Amino acid sequence: MALPNKPLGELKAVRDPEVVEKEVDILIVGGGMAACGTAFEINKWIQPGQTVLLCDKAAMERSGAVAQGLSAINTFIGENSPDDYVRMVRNDLMGLVREDLIFDLGCHVDDSVYLFEEWGLPIWKKSAEGKNLDGKKGQAMGTLKSGAQPVRTGKWQIMINGESYKRVVAEAAKKALGADNIIERCFIVELLLDANKPNTIAGAVGFSVRENKVYIIKCKTMMVACGGAVNIYQPRSVGEGKGRAWYPVWNAGSTYTMCMKVGAELSMMENRFTPARFKDGYGPVGAWFLLFKAKTLNGLGENFAASDAAKQELQNYAPYGTAAITPTCLRNHLMLFEMKAGRGPIIMDTVTALANLGKTMDKKELKHLESEAWEDFLDMTCGQANLWCAQDCEPEKKNSEVMPTEPYLLGSHSGCCGLWTSGPDLDWVPDAYKIKADNGKVYNRMTTVNGLFTSGDGVGCSGHKFSSGSHAEGRIAAKQMVRYAKDHADFKPTLKQSKQELVDLVYKPVRTFLDHCNYTTAIDINPNYIKPNGMMYRLMKATHEYGAGTATYYMTSSKSLEIVMDLLKTMREDCAKMAAGDLHELMRAWEIEHRIWTVEAHLRHIQFRKETRYPGFYYQADYPGQDDANWFCFVNSKFDPEKKEWNVMKKDYIKIIPD
Amino acid sequence: MPSFVIQEKCDGCKGGDKTACMYICPNDLMVLDPNAMKAYNQEPDQCWECFSCVKICPTQAIEVRGYADFVPLGSSIMPMMGTEDVMWTCKFRNGLIKRFKFPIRTTPEGAANAYESLKGKDLDSQLLSTEEADGRALPTPKATV
Repeated sequence: MALPNKPLGELKAVRDPEVVEKEVDILIVGGGMAACGTAFEINKWIQPGQTVLLCDKAAMERSGAVAQGLSAINTFIGENSPDDYVRMVRNDLMGLVREDLIFDLGCHVDDSVYLFEEWGLPIWKKSAEGKNLDGKKGQAMGTLKSGAQPVRTGKWQIMINGESYKRVVAEAAKKALGADNIIERCFIVELLLDANKPNTIAGAVGFSVRENKVYIIKCKTMMVACGGAVNIYQPRSVGEGKGRAWYPVWNAGSTYTMCMKVGAELSMMENRFTPARFKDGYGPVGAWFLLFKAKTLNGLGENFAASDAAKQELQNYAPYGTAAITPTCLRNHLMLFEMKAGRGPIIMDTVTALANLGKTMDKKELKHLESEAWEDFLDMTCGQANLWCAQDCEPEKKNSEVMPTEPYLLGSHSGCCGLWTSGPDLDWVPDAYKIKADNGKVYNRMTTVNGLFTSGDGVGCSGHKFSSGSHAEGRIAAKQMVRYAKDHADFKPTLKQSKQELVDLVYKPVRTFLDHCNYTTAIDINPNYIKPNGMMYRLMKATHEYGAGTATYYMTSSKSLEIVMDLLKTMREDCAKMAAGDLHELMRAWEIEHRIWTVEAHLRHIQFRKETRYPGFYYQADYPGQDDANWFCFVNSKFDPEKKEWNVMKKDYIKIIPD
Repeated sequence: MPSFVIQEKCDGCKGGDKTACMYICPNDLMVLDPNAMKAYNQEPDQCWECFSCVKICPTQAIEVRGYADFVPLGSSIMPMMGTEDVMWTCKFRNGLIKRFKFPIRTTPEGAANAYESLKGKDLDSQLLSTEEADGRALPTPKATV
């Protein structure tokens, strides 16, 4: 128990931090899969005299979405074609995707997977007899690059032993970039535009979560890749369990907010992801469906997804609903259909699946199969394994419940919100998909702000990149940033704000705390300020009730959106009164600021799109169903940093790859 | 499933410049109380149960107990990290114990080839450095609309 008037954390914040000013050519913000790809690739292209710096909020060895590990690589093209990859992503995301970005990614993703294997990531292989070998035994079959066959669970996924996936990838990234060019535990919170050149990035400001230190970094070009947005809606678990988010709980929407605040155009922010996962533990279900061939049943024990009623419902969403693979949102839609009709809960029939597999397997093979089921959890969602232990659940004897989660915003998994970026400068890419920089040149993955790049969860309209694709995309951006910096060698970034103004901005919550903390005897209850924790609950309550959260089975309406917009406006005003007594709390203060802006973008897009494009992910009650005649287009938005105004607009979708 | 630190086993990493759990936690939760020289989880309801702190702790002082709001008491899962494999011990509430061993990497730690000396040639092409070195050609769509 903390004494009155003392901050809770161990690292107290002081009124006047030390200021570190730096200037580099290329700044990398983030340390996850995408940023590790950038770090690896950049030293292969960097020109004599160019400098680079990477800032990660955490430690690269275990930062980002892959911190815990993964049990599969979900994008490996292999024997398939990038053309078919585009078709798969397009159908899953209800027709509206950037086919140039997806095709481009499909051309490069395997190269990153080859590198992962070379660096030491164990990848399962098929033996000569067609049996599955784990990543260690499978080495005898040679590498993927030399033609060895991976173990596919679906058309695009391959199995790995991925507990140390991020450690292996970060090791290569850190080596390539050099320790002197990396600052860990540095949270970049605002991007800075150039004082002289319009719409041009010039730097960023952030702080150390370990020391009272503000970083002001000038640069010619920058990549922002800090993942998606988590803990923006009230989670189904509201006690200790709210940390058990499906996506990494530390992803605060920083990518979207920081870029939108300097005027970068967002696209498809209305898209979201509410994955159906094992209830509460949020363990993966993919291997259960694909590898173990399990079925989900409704509360009456019926295989509802195969019923005539389900098929009829899917007809309403043709051609996506009637495609060979049902889009993720429609699979959720069918589940919700059962739950709302009182035929829940939804149960994964693991018992029957394992019994069926057991019919053709000997004891040793069955034992191995059981171990694979557990590894699926232990490699990437340890907590789900513990939940099964705590519930005395052995999947061959006891079934488990499946539930769609609270909403998440992301651009690399089965979602596609993010920044509007340039496609590659190739003949087959439509001009409308090429963003011209101030010099008239096109830089792949550059946003609409000169010199500002993104990748991974940051790039909109191109989901299904996953870990491997995010890494490859980071590498694509790396090369383009070197090119941009070379073409702008004479550009001297100049900041609009003074050093003092920037320190005041970043440390405002600390000053608010110190100015007022002695007024009351309880550290969190003070009429002069609000703590980040309180603000987080306010955001979650508002989105939960009005913004198509789980409270309403993901349903919103025009009136609800009007109300939540009002609530968000007040929240943004009150953010100016947030207080942080220690460095951890200062991080939380900035994170909630980022989350609020990101949610506002999400809901503005939903408000603008007068249809329900993604049934199962969200429903707009006033505009049910899809309206291709009016809404078969992207929705983009731009926040004007000068006028402080939003502009939401339609953007043409261009089909490139035929059906 | 918040992590917790066993008082008797934690030595605060002997006051070195890097407390292992504090260094690794992706969400900045683990922190050292410098007076007690013991680490603790400062915000258990933001713990992702990623086990990074459990796996890195040099004295095996960190474990996890299931989230109070939905996990019954009495179970535990514990990893033992080796250089090539991880060994998991999963203890059920009813006492059943299962052990699993999985590979974690096929190269010695620190041996990842970062291709530090590889230099790309054509900055204007769309090929990545290793693709260029392998002489790969960039695919184009088989057909366009």
